[in-house]
Amino acid sequence: MTGVLPITLEESRKIVQALLYSGKEYVCLMKLHADSSEKKVRDVLAEFENEIYQRPPLRASVKRQLRTRRIYYIDFLEMDGRNVLFKVGCEGGTYIRKLCYDIGEVLGIGAHMQELRRIRAGPFRENGDMVTLHDVAYWFMEWQQQRDEKILRKFILPMEKALAFVPKIYIRDSAVDAVCHGANLTAPGVLSLETGIEKDSLMALFTLKREAVALAEALASTEEILSMDHGIVAKTKRVLMPRGTYPKCWKSGEI
Amino acid sequence: MPRTVAPWEVTRQLLIKTEDKTDPHYGRKPEERPAEEYIRYGVINLDKPAGPTSHEVAAWVKRILNLQQVGHGGTLEA
Repeated sequence: MTGVLPITLEESRKIVQALLYSGKEYVCLMKLHADSSEKKVRDVLAEFENEIYQRPPLRASVKRQLRTRRIYYIDFLEMDGRNVLFKVGCEGGTYIRKLCYDIGEVLGIGAHMQELRRIRAGPFRENGDMVTLHDVAYWFMEWQQQRDEKILRKFILPMEKALAFVPKIYIRDSAVDAVCHGANLTAPGVLSLETGIEKDSLMALFTLKREAVALAEALASTEEILSMDHGIVAKTKRVLMPRGTYPKCWKSGEI
Repeated sequence: MPRTVAPWEVTRQLLIKTEDKTDPHYGRKPEERPAEEYIRYGVINLDKPAGPTSHEVAAWVKRILNLQQVGHGGTLEA
């Protein structure tokens, strides 16, 4: 299998959980075990759009219980003999190998996944900032020789990029260090927030400089948070910023 | 049946509750982090080659960059 694989460096490993929720896209080559018509294949692929049931395979490191997964779309691309090429967008943790098997079952002839390429993992896609191992080795050596920090930006992205699809609350400077110590975010600390925050869902707390402070669990929706003038709005789950980056109890308006 | 919206299709607006400024003496914009910090708080969008496992590929990056720890976002395996 090839394709988009976000590699987290050192401290960035803390954002991995956010990537699980951000969705994936693949191009898949499926091999049918008997001949079929394009119409039948297209029809069956369409049936798998939306919610599907999967039990993780023996090789998986997760608990093998039946669970649902969202298929956002399946786009039939091409068919040549028994080879079917399709594009699929799905929730993280969806086993495409099992999807192909199940498509084969529904078609009644059997099928297996021949080849898979991931073209998106959350905000990370094939074009633009994707690099190969060769690129990493080359640019790192260039940086070691030239010590020009612009070179680092050619192959490394700030960890905040991984949080592009996670809804955000921008917080006051004076609230930052408390959150870095694990404190929950209270209403007075909120400066601005994105629409679509749902209670109990994952969100990220950011500074006005757009630095990620922590991953948190929303305790209220966007609308509710807007109307609150006191109380806890988010439970801090994973601190991302080192303590002491911002001072304790710094009051706004005193610059 | 209406299609489920994918995470990358969700559009959000920013609603301002209170205006405020941020002190330039503390913290810095992510893209302005000094080299060592930029690497330690960085992610690589890697094109995984066929053959090695995701874990092996991550280990290679760790070796190339001489780091203590790397992780990866989602196993891509056979």
